Amino acid sequence: MYALTENLGRRVARGIDEFGYAALLLAESLYWLVAGVLRGQPVRLRAVVTEMMRIGVAAIPIVAILAFANGVMMALQGVYTLKDFGAESQVIPGLALSITREFGALIVGIVVAGRSGSAIAARIGSMQMSQEIDALRVLGVNPVRYLVAPILLAMLVMVPALTILANLMALTGGGLLCVLKLHFSLASYWEAVIAYLEVADVMQGLVKSLVFAVLIALVGCTNGFMARGGADGIGHSTTRSVVLCIAAIVIADMLFTLFLSR
Amino acid sequence: MSGTRERIEPGQPVVEVEGLGARYGEQTVLEDIDLTIRAGEIHVIMGGSGSGKSTLLRHLLGLNQPVAGQVRLFGQDIARLGEREMLALRRRIGVSFQGGALFSSMTVEDNVAFPLREHTRLDENTIRIMTRMKLEVVNLAGFEDLLPNQLSGGMVKRAALARAIVMDPELLFFDEPSAGLDPVVSAELDELIIRLRDIMKITVVVVTHELESAFKIADRITVLDRGRILMTDTTGAVRATAHTRVQALLQRRPEALQLDAEDYLQRLTRS
Ligand SMILES: Nc1ncnc2c1ncn2[C@@H]1O[C@H](COP(=O)(O)OP(=O)(O)OP(=O)(O)O)[C@@H](O)[C@H]1O
Ligand SMILES: [Mg+2]
Repeated sequence: MYALTENLGRRVARGIDEFGYAALLLAESLYWLVAGVLRGQPVRLRAVVTEMMRIGVAAIPIVAILAFANGVMMALQGVYTLKDFGAESQVIPGLALSITREFGALIVGIVVAGRSGSAIAARIGSMQMSQEIDALRVLGVNPVRYLVAPILLAMLVMVPALTILANLMALTGGGLLCVLKLHFSLASYWEAVIAYLEVADVMQGLVKSLVFAVLIALVGCTNGFMARGGADGIGHSTTRSVVLCIAAIVIADMLFTLFLSR
Repeated sequence: MSGTRERIEPGQPVVEVEGLGARYGEQTVLEDIDLTIRAGEIHVIMGGSGSGKSTLLRHLLGLNQPVAGQVRLFGQDIARLGEREMLALRRRIGVSFQGGALFSSMTVEDNVAFPLREHTRLDENTIRIMTRMKLEVVNLAGFEDLLPNQLSGGMVKRAALARAIVMDPELLFFDEPSAGLDPVVSAELDELIIRLRDIMKITVVVVTHELESAFKIADRITVLDRGRILMTDTTGAVRATAHTRVQALLQRRPEALQLDAEDYLQRLTRS
């Protein structure tokens, strides 16, 4: 029993530790992104571009496919559910709103968490173990500026960009299904979508995606820096990073939706 | 930048450690360390495996926070330095870690050029020339484009050394230059360290458990044992000392190094 509570206590302590660590990482990265230029130690554009390729460009195919499939599924469910009420045509506003406000960002969040949340933790974790992080420090290069800030910036650009792509692909998938099942023309489908959507709906999804971007960057980096104990440690912190990223995204999404749809 | 880079006179203290204590969790790793390293000398910190050499080095570099005591580099207490002053200080220091710590995603050339790219505004051509010069010094010319995982152990050490000296530091730390290398390569590295000190007038701190190499290169030796300093003196004095434990270490008499029973029990039960 004692061991159990002690273990729990240690876990909580570690949780708080990591939370504080992540907050520091965020503050320090933002500091370097802004003040680095003034201090003559800017965040390297090349590093940002590399990260953007890894995080964003490489994720385009999978995001496109998943979003498209999701759009098809949502439209299908919508059509069948609404048919009972004879309200099939209402499927379009339902699709348009739930995709732009919710599912576009969520799909991207989960894909990026799975791809990059793990990769970031693994990369920084192995740099930690091979003393590359220490080497950066003694070479007078701040590891947060060099490693974390580019990741954060790349996330902030690419996750919303991917979200726009996911929105378009999901709406296209849903649209094709509507064309098949409801015998709309594709043009009138898009017209209806555009008529229903307001800028605020799209913005809601994009703001969420910015929050997801920050969460993935911080959780991935924190788990990397805190990795200890060889190959096992890296494996552990990689898994942990993905799980925590997805949990953080879903919980943040829920809170967001609760507050915004009151 | 460090415009106030007053050159330290030979013989002046460069590294000063007072009453340093270090711990990993519950385990005390260093206790009561007093040490002065002077400009222009090759100072070897010698001790058995696990005696705390690398830990001491991490404290000298400000990578670990001590639980007691202080470390001064070039007369400045490193615990009190702000980030900016620490950066300026670190540019005067070169470090080669025990495992090399080369950036695994970069070629040898990019590794060596890294400090130049980060800290100077030199154009790529100049950087290339300076990088190749340093690679020449450590005998790695022709291996510029290899990645660290394509290098042998000795080549990793030499590449790490090239990166450590590329900014022409005043103070060089070298952890285990010869561990795990064949005698010829390790002798080469020893020569190299001596040459660096003679040509570039660098103060060199070498951490090693290789006796032969220690006595060959050192001006002064600090003997570290189970987290405490047994003695610091010139090579001659260390060799001639009557200190029984130092002699036991030097003559590699395992029986004399065995821990007494009580100490041993304490170690077992501590974890
Ligand atoms: N990161 C760490 N966490 C916990 N204990 C550590 C850590 N690093 C070292 N130690 C412990 O500190 C003690 C001294 O280790 P250190 O690496 O300083 O030895 P060393 O003298 O450099 O040995 P070697 O010659 O084998 O490199 C050892 O008992 C080791 O187990
Ligand atoms: Mg060591």
